[in-house]
Amino acid sequence: MSIFEYNGSAVVAMVGKNCFAIASDRRLGVQLQTIATDFQRISKIHDHLFIGLSGLATDVQTLYQRLVFRHKLYQLREERDMKPETFASLVSAILYEKRFGPYLCQPVIAGLGDDNKPFICTMDSIGAKELAKDFVVSGTASESLYGACEAMFKPDMEAEELFETISQALLSSVDRDCLSGWGGHVYVVTPNEIKEKILKGRMD
Amino acid sequence: MGDSQYSFSLTTFSPSGKLVQIEHALTAVGSGQTSLGLKASNGVVIATEKKLLSILVDEASVQKIQHLTPNIGTVYSGMGPDFRVLVRKSRKQAEQYLRLYKEPIPVTQLVRETATVMQEFTQSGGVRPFGVSLLVAGYDDKGPQLYQVDPSGSYFSWKASAMGKNVSNAKTFLEKRYTEDMELDDAIHTAILTLKEGFEGEISSKNIEIGKIGADKVFRVLTPAEIDDYLAEVE
Repeated sequence: MSIFEYNGSAVVAMVGKNCFAIASDRRLGVQLQTIATDFQRISKIHDHLFIGLSGLATDVQTLYQRLVFRHKLYQLREERDMKPETFASLVSAILYEKRFGPYLCQPVIAGLGDDNKPFICTMDSIGAKELAKDFVVSGTASESLYGACEAMFKPDMEAEELFETISQALLSSVDRDCLSGWGGHVYVVTPNEIKEKILKGRMD
Repeated sequence: MGDSQYSFSLTTFSPSGKLVQIEHALTAVGSGQTSLGLKASNGVVIATEKKLLSILVDEASVQKIQHLTPNIGTVYSGMGPDFRVLVRKSRKQAEQYLRLYKEPIPVTQLVRETATVMQEFTQSGGVRPFGVSLLVAGYDDKGPQLYQVDPSGSYFSWKASAMGKNVSNAKTFLEKRYTEDMELDDAIHTAILTLKEGFEGEISSKNIEIGKIGADKVFRVLTPAEIDDYLAEVE
């Protein structure tokens, strides 16, 4: 079994009309055994920037701590929040630093940039950025997620419809993957508020 | 670094609480050729005297005003070779920032990093402070900005400032002539008039240098022909 499949994960982000949604599953496993059903894979960097990390759980936590550290210093020095594009470049540089002993994570970055334009991107474990205009996926359930998102996605969805679409895409994809699931965690972010919801799916 | 006999810091405190080496560095700056800068409502201008050692020097090869990035330029008063070293370091820092964040470095950040380098040379073993004060002119998302950086590593944001031989006359002149809502062309005229104040000899496009940056965010050094046009307008 690949080391990327040791803990199991599913992360997805979608673009809407002046908003974005980012969602993940909640299972933390050690191969076939489920250890926790409330594992936090998505973290807030600032009010308009979120990062979801799939892959090996220890690297998920360490990488998140390093990124928060870097962003806090940036905020203090530059007296402003990081733009999503800038943050994505930073994550890519940090991952590439460990080119020959990488963090075993695939990040999904979602944020609102200048003029509240939604920005999403993903990258592999050594920092190859992939920008997308519609959705990005990552984790052990990524293949199912690609299919579900491709089928369900529509451009320019409002926040409520975006929430429904991303939730359905996530839940149906993790049902096809034994290593991810046990509920979902969804954030829908508009220029003025952050809506956080827990999904109840098949608990198996 | 070097002999162990010289591995102490050359800048040590005097009993009066001063760092004498920095005072001497400021003296070196104060005997350098005059340079000045003005912040207009829509841009920044920096200018300097360019008095060469003899008429045989190829003045086209001498450039005192340098780019740090496409939208940040700088000029100095003091020791030219020290300026070259600082420009090199600052350019590298600006490029490193761009490589990391894929975003051009904000003016305040570049000024801070340059000032940090200058401060390090006041607290390290076997080195001396830089004998230059810099005027950094840039235009970024926060608008036009003008900063002065001293050999001690302190930096200040100015609306208008001068450094070098003629600093007190120049600053008095600027205090009288400066207005907040000046446009870039007016600022260039005022800069030329200020340089003229203490100028020994005839001012011409061959013995001054002017750099400007406007809302287009591109820093440019004016050609001698452009300087001649401005000089003619001033007459």
